[in-house]
Amino acid sequence: MRILLVDDEQELVETLAERLSIRRIEARWATTGDAAMKFLEQESFDLAVLDVKLPGISGIDLHRKMKAKYPDLKFIFMTGHGSQDDYAAGSAETGKDYYLLKPVNIEKLMDKMKKLMGR
Amino acid sequence: MKGANMNRQLDIEMETGLRFFGKMTASISHEIKNVMAIINETAGLLEDYSLMAEKGMPIDPTRLKIVSERVSGQIKRANGIAKNLNNLAHSVDEFNKSVDLGEALALAVGLAQRLADMRSVTLELQPPSDFPTVITSPFHLQNLIWQMLDFAMDISGDAKVIGLTLGTATGSVEIRFTGLEGLKDPPETEFPTKRETSLLEMLGATINQDVKAGEMHLVLPRDVHQQLTDNG
Repeated sequence: MRILLVDDEQELVETLAERLSIRRIEARWATTGDAAMKFLEQESFDLAVLDVKLPGISGIDLHRKMKAKYPDLKFIFMTGHGSQDDYAAGSAETGKDYYLLKPVNIEKLMDKMKKLMGR
Repeated sequence: MKGANMNRQLDIEMETGLRFFGKMTASISHEIKNVMAIINETAGLLEDYSLMAEKGMPIDPTRLKIVSERVSGQIKRANGIAKNLNNLAHSVDEFNKSVDLGEALALAVGLAQRLADMRSVTLELQPPSDFPTVITSPFHLQNLIWQMLDFAMDISGDAKVIGLTLGTATGSVEIRFTGLEGLKDPPETEFPTKRETSLLEMLGATINQDVKAGEMHLVLPRDVHQQLTDNG
């Protein structure tokens, strides 16, 4: 399984990617929507984990952009906010099961990933 | 001011103040959540390392040093966030006090930093050559600087860099917002609106726009109480 983590907090995605690699899941990370799109152009991924709030483009808009170009890619949202509006927007995009609040429990994240990938 | 007008003015001031407070505290809470998320992942990574060590896998000490530095860095960041929140909270303690404008501007930039990052705008605070103080309302000053920054971010053009500098003149002090490539005459967006006008009146301040230079200047009296008394 190849994962793309997208969050403007570099230390968060960097650490999460290392923790996933310890669990034998290959993860790359990006801190902007543009960098994430470049990754998708160059490499193939099964799943993208997106922060709802990103600089320049919202996670929701980035999700739509990615989904239009890569229809097979699966998605999980994570957010630090947890406001009703964000929850409504995020869960409407991916379903409430795939909308996680920060701090994210890695085992829970892994469960969601496996469920999404049908493993 | 007549009764109905005064009530309307008070409504605008109260709503503007509450919205500003809400916007800042929501942004701060998001940032705190991010710090907690990083510390949480870092603690998890340490746990992973210890499990690996228990299984006899060697852990590079350099990795441990990086992880430790990461936690220290985030604690330092959280301290800065808490300091800004505390300063904002205490800005309502007194509505007429001596304010160090250099510190006030640093606080305004600190509070707006994350919101600017979200809009891919860089805020460049120039170190002041002197440290002017004004007697004013610290909370309303913060609110007005934010309203101006919010507008400035919309008109920062392709460069998306806003410079902030302090200048002094006899009896007044200026905060200059530079890099406003999208500043137009006549303006495309109404500014200042009733909200900013209300704050300007309260602070005895004015906003001057230099469209050619792409600058806005917030001119503050040295003593708002004196200014308002002089103006009757």
